[in-house]
Amino acid sequence: MVKKILDWISRCYMGLIIFFLYAPMIVLVVLSFNDSKSRVVWGGFTLNWYQKMFDSTQIMEALRTTFVLAFSSAGIATVIGVMAALGIHAMRQRNYNLTMIMTNIPMLNADIVTGIALMLWFVKFMPLSFMTVLLAHITFNIPYVILSVMPKIKQMNVSIYEAARDLGAGSVYAFVKIILPQLTGGILSGFLMALTMSMDDFVITYFTKGAGVNTLSTMIYGELRKGIKPEMYALSTLIFATVFVILLLTNYISGMKEKENEKKNRRSML
Amino acid sequence: MNKRTWLSFPYVLWIIGFTVIPLIVIFRYAFTTGDGGFTLENILTIFDPIHFKALVFSLEIAVGCTLICIILSYPLVLAMRRLKMGKSGVALFIIILPMWMNSILRIMAWQMILSPNGILNLILEKLGMKPLSIANTATAIMIGVVYDYLPYMILPVYNAVAEINEDIIEAAKDLGAGSITTFFKVILPLSMPGLLSGIVMVFVPSMTSFVVSDVLGGGKLQLVGNIIEQEFTKSANWNLGSGLSVFLMVFVMISMAFTLKNDVDGKESTVW
Repeated sequence: MVKKILDWISRCYMGLIIFFLYAPMIVLVVLSFNDSKSRVVWGGFTLNWYQKMFDSTQIMEALRTTFVLAFSSAGIATVIGVMAALGIHAMRQRNYNLTMIMTNIPMLNADIVTGIALMLWFVKFMPLSFMTVLLAHITFNIPYVILSVMPKIKQMNVSIYEAARDLGAGSVYAFVKIILPQLTGGILSGFLMALTMSMDDFVITYFTKGAGVNTLSTMIYGELRKGIKPEMYALSTLIFATVFVILLLTNYISGMKEKENEKKNRRSML
Repeated sequence: MNKRTWLSFPYVLWIIGFTVIPLIVIFRYAFTTGDGGFTLENILTIFDPIHFKALVFSLEIAVGCTLICIILSYPLVLAMRRLKMGKSGVALFIIILPMWMNSILRIMAWQMILSPNGILNLILEKLGMKPLSIANTATAIMIGVVYDYLPYMILPVYNAVAEINEDIIEAAKDLGAGSITTFFKVILPLSMPGLLSGIVMVFVPSMTSFVVSDVLGGGKLQLVGNIIEQEFTKSANWNLGSGLSVFLMVFVMISMAFTLKNDVDGKESTVW
């Protein structure tokens, strides 16, 4: 009886927190279908804003910039970060500690300080542009890659690599066949983390971007004073729905695979 | 093995080029006047009444936000553990999902909920209750930062609590500990690493954010972040802005070093 009441309280509490987290999303999704520019009056259902969103070159341009920036900065950061993690792991203790402290600085530092420091430095030798934003994003993305790859390297079994070399594998071949597969999980989660951080960043982009360069975040911030265009609600709803479907599919597929493996295991046991 | 260190050279160069040098540059701006002479004035303007008020307000928001996030996270994480929702990943999925919608838009949605003729007051009116005036107050900013950073507390705390072996908790109960004792003597100390990284991930951004206070504070309530931002975008006083940034950076680093040091010492719940 007590157990049931506690279960019930747990469920209610979870529901409350989830409601808190989703309340603004519900507002945005509802507004994206609202046939009225007002934020509080419901003027009937429409898909008008979705149409307008695809027609707006400004929004499409910002969307493109956001994606190009996220994928290229995450990609470059992953390459540099994985190499760095492998190298740092082999460093002597003192250098290892020093490099890891330097790696933690951009993560501990406030975004506003990182953004301003980079901006002050960039303006000394190049005009602020897409390029400066890209450099800034790579800078704050690398630590996320290193910190998610490092634990995997520590767990890695070096003897397997050495065995492969003893058996005649070249260093590149052994790296691709032995090291990389052991690190795949860490590399992937580092890449995804970098991607997310880059897409969600506003502050650092805001300070390092040149005039005319806009990601979705900086564009929305610019519109705050004038009032947000309802097209933005449509776009964010669409992005949200896409991510939802992708995450749901990956969850579903990995669940299916697990079940299949279980079946196979059971069969082989029989 | 040591041959492998060359792989980190590009990164070491990157650190020097884009972490170390920018920090040197911002420090140089902070300690010089517009025409290049040495000064401490830029740093000391933090004690200027307006700036100091913003600093105290930022601290209040950051400490309050961190505490509220901790208080909200633990029951949630324990509820998830109780309902065995962790293993399927569905619960975490639900918590991470909102982070994929643009954060500025989500904060703006709170403005629509909390504004005088907003959704919250509409509902209260329908229920026959008095309307609330939360918009443009410290409460609104607090709701905004808690909303924005709560997932950053939930995730590390969840990971730490999920790893605690059920046997340990049962052993505590068998030995006569009540739920509250079990929580403070077993669950809290064992989840301390997760809690500490949650504190760092919530405290720093909530102290230094300027977007939330911009949107939900109506431009009247200023955090340190707002003041620094205005020095760069409106007043164009880079030296002063850098001075305040450097103060903020050192302040944050020291308080976080202090927080994490307690972790190393292995003392429990002495974070505050």
